[in-house]
Amino acid sequence: MRRLLNARPRGGGRLLLGLLPIAILVLLYLVASEARHAENPRDKILPTPAAMAQSMEIMALQKDPRTGEIPLVADTRASLTRLGIAVGAAAATTLVLGLSIGLLPYARAGLGPLVATISVIPPIAVLPILFIVFGLGETAKIVLIFVGITPFMVRDLASHVAAIPEEQIVKAQTLGASTWLVALQVALPQAMPRLIDSVRFSLGPAWVFLISAEAIASNVGLGYRIFLVRRYLAMDIILPYVAWISLLAVIIDLALLTWSRTAFRWAHAPGGRR
Amino acid sequence: MTPALSFRNVWVEYGDHVVLEKVSLDVAPGAFVSIVGPSGAGKSTFLRLALGQEAPSRGEILLDGAPIPAEPGPDRGVVFQRYSVFPHMTVLQNVMFGARCDQAPFTGLLTGAARRQAKAEAEAILQQVGLSASLKAFPRALSGGMQQRLAIAQALITKPRILLLDEPFGALDPGVRLDMHELITGLWREHGLTILMVTHDIKEAFKLGTRVIAVDKRRHDPHAPHRYGSTAVYDFPLDDKLKTAIPREIAALAGAAEA
Repeated sequence: MRRLLNARPRGGGRLLLGLLPIAILVLLYLVASEARHAENPRDKILPTPAAMAQSMEIMALQKDPRTGEIPLVADTRASLTRLGIAVGAAAATTLVLGLSIGLLPYARAGLGPLVATISVIPPIAVLPILFIVFGLGETAKIVLIFVGITPFMVRDLASHVAAIPEEQIVKAQTLGASTWLVALQVALPQAMPRLIDSVRFSLGPAWVFLISAEAIASNVGLGYRIFLVRRYLAMDIILPYVAWISLLAVIIDLALLTWSRTAFRWAHAPGGRR
Repeated sequence: MTPALSFRNVWVEYGDHVVLEKVSLDVAPGAFVSIVGPSGAGKSTFLRLALGQEAPSRGEILLDGAPIPAEPGPDRGVVFQRYSVFPHMTVLQNVMFGARCDQAPFTGLLTGAARRQAKAEAEAILQQVGLSASLKAFPRALSGGMQQRLAIAQALITKPRILLLDEPFGALDPGVRLDMHELITGLWREHGLTILMVTHDIKEAFKLGTRVIAVDKRRHDPHAPHRYGSTAVYDFPLDDKLKTAIPREIAALAGAAEA
């Protein structure tokens, strides 16, 4: 008998095995929903798939007479814009600070402690400050996401750049590279795949900050909508919205992974990792 | 003739810890100098000094009669035991990097005629080290020996005044190491290189070098092991006859290094 730790699922079996727990959960939900509806046909806590589809038809296909826009489209656009600007700014800042701190001893001495200090502040705790300083508009929400993810990304990238072997840096100098060229041609290309990874990991917290900010003060956005309809126990809207957010997150993650694999082929083992 | 590289009464100390003491030696242009010695004797410190990665506490180091700058530069090429090629560049890009630094100091990118010329030069040197078939490969796809060939080609493209080798073949299989010995001897003759090589392999040192320098402590205080530093304890100029027999003192030192 082979040890359990040496038995590996193959091909279709592997796919099936992955789908099994998801199928069980869906089934459990359907059974529970059915049971509650048998007892009370007006149950709102575990809506049936038909009820969810009906509500989403209103949210995703019909224009809101007040705003003249389809709510799901408007919410998605608003949320992704906030997320995009914040994560983009975080990535750009990370690139500049991470490369500087990783490569230059003076930048490390000057900025390292500051970044380390900022990174231990819980971002939600400074949200009131952001609302006071930037008002309740878009800026405060974007800055919250930015403040929430940037320090971690900077520290991660700086340590990755600092771990580039000394030999490479010395070799580049013996080939005539200036500080600028070492940063541009040696450190930057090697930092990019790590930065993309770092953005992928930061997107989880970024969504948390986005939805928190939208829940507290907003008039459009995926998080705003969920917290708005919560007042009416509208699980038939909340559950599809959560599924939609998850789908968006998965698509963004896959897009970043694909970019990293195609643009930085050298950083990925042939055939991909694992 | 001005020595290619000279150490003039060089000391390296970290506080009380003396690593090198009173090192004075001249390396003639065209020489292939091997530096041997037991682990921890400060062999690599020689290279770090010549590279400018480290500054001597006392004394001076001259390259072609002028004090060396206190940081690495294109006049001194280097090949390390590992990690000295760029993993994100192809073989060809790795070798063209020197020309890109020299001619495009802002973008690091070459265009047109400059690019074609740099490419031709890089291809020629890659042909010499036997990597013509792998121009578009990334270093991770190359074997250890091929990576070292690449590192050598990359260092030679800037035509350094002196080539510094830090245990360049230490991580290679014995058979591959023999091929590399032939390669480096051939390149040394053909390009008229001046080479300073640190190795722990005593046979390699005698086989390749025109001069072997053994580095060790001349004095040792058991109660204060860091009190005295290493220096060049033996200095053997070799002509071809001598190359067959390894002097007994050196062999003893090698035995100590193995143990």
